[in-house]
Amino acid sequence: MMADSVTFIFLNAAIVNNFVLAMFLGICPFLGVSAKRDTALSMGLAVIFVMLVSSICAYGINWILKYLHIEYLRLICYIAVIASAVQLVEMTMKKFSPTLFRALGIFLPLITTNCAILGVALFQTSREYNFVQSLAFSLGAGVGFTIALLLMAGLRQQLELAKVPNVSQGAALTLMLAGLLSLTFMGFAGLGAQHG
Amino acid sequence: MASLPNQQETITLDTFLRGLWQENPVFVMLLGMCPVLAVTNSAINALAMGLASTFVLVASNSLVSLMRHFIPKQVRIATYIIIIATFVTMVDYAIQAISLELYNALGAFIQLIVVNCMILGRAEAYASKQRLGATIINGLGIGAGFTFALLCLGIVREILGAGSLFGFDLFGDQFQPWVVMILPPGGFFVLGAWLLLFNWLRTRREAKLLETEGAPHDG
Repeated sequence: MMADSVTFIFLNAAIVNNFVLAMFLGICPFLGVSAKRDTALSMGLAVIFVMLVSSICAYGINWILKYLHIEYLRLICYIAVIASAVQLVEMTMKKFSPTLFRALGIFLPLITTNCAILGVALFQTSREYNFVQSLAFSLGAGVGFTIALLLMAGLRQQLELAKVPNVSQGAALTLMLAGLLSLTFMGFAGLGAQHG
Repeated sequence: MASLPNQQETITLDTFLRGLWQENPVFVMLLGMCPVLAVTNSAINALAMGLASTFVLVASNSLVSLMRHFIPKQVRIATYIIIIATFVTMVDYAIQAISLELYNALGAFIQLIVVNCMILGRAEAYASKQRLGATIINGLGIGAGFTFALLCLGIVREILGAGSLFGFDLFGDQFQPWVVMILPPGGFFVLGAWLLLFNWLRTRREAKLLETEGAPHDG
């Protein structure tokens, strides 16, 4: 089956159904941290890491919950795991790269409330991916998030030099840009269409 | 939020109205954007999402407000999240029981209410400091503001993208729908357009205020 192959899942999550631009997950950091290219890149890497860790944990937790027949606790368990994974990344980063830690600022603890990460955990459960597929899916989603963030940061840095009317400065302009970017990514839709 | 950080707020009409307009979570504070963009491809989805979020916001913030003296400062965020997750699980199962069709349309976004920064933000900035009454009224206001914003988007997108409103056909067969409006880019465009409109209104009002500043002020 083509649709189950690891490469397909990876590409689907990264480009065809890009998490930010096609599924609207992780919009807050996408609008908040996309002002500069290097912070965007490090934010993307942090998100990829947290996604991988929480995806692995979510897979294990789901197995235990199914075994004990207490699936209704899934949401609470997932969010607790994600919060701890974020804490882990925060401590590691503070130790090894204090400058990066300061640059990301408030957005690092806010990864906890990044819906893309909980989204990955929930989607891999509802689509019943096996372990390897889950890994490919979360990696793809993280890479897709980073691509979107980088593209947006590049656009916004260019735009700083442009003269725009006063009313459209700030969030409104960023959203319009995101709309154009999203329109561009729709072009990839044909790639995954026949497989759903 | 910023005006009285550590004092108890007395309940006035403003406690409610502020969330609807001045501190509107979507148009002014830009919080909780993901569901705003994702589920507003039709007006009915937008309304359901708004009501579900309002319920979670009011219920979880009331509990936070009641327990504000018992929650240790260090673990407060984790506690808030678990309280929110509990109510979201309830809403999730309730919607599934009421309308499976709606549940499928909203998809994972009901469960993703947990990570709506608006709710956590209100718990941290308001509910953890205020009495129960004020929290409920303020929560209702913010929730109404959120629902209002979702409807603003949902109505525009459904009319342009499908030619209907709440499922009723508006224009007849002649209408050629703008399919892009129901697709993801439409969400970004419509929200951007609303923000432009509100920005424009705000700058115009500020300009007016500046003009009348020289005149004798009577409010």
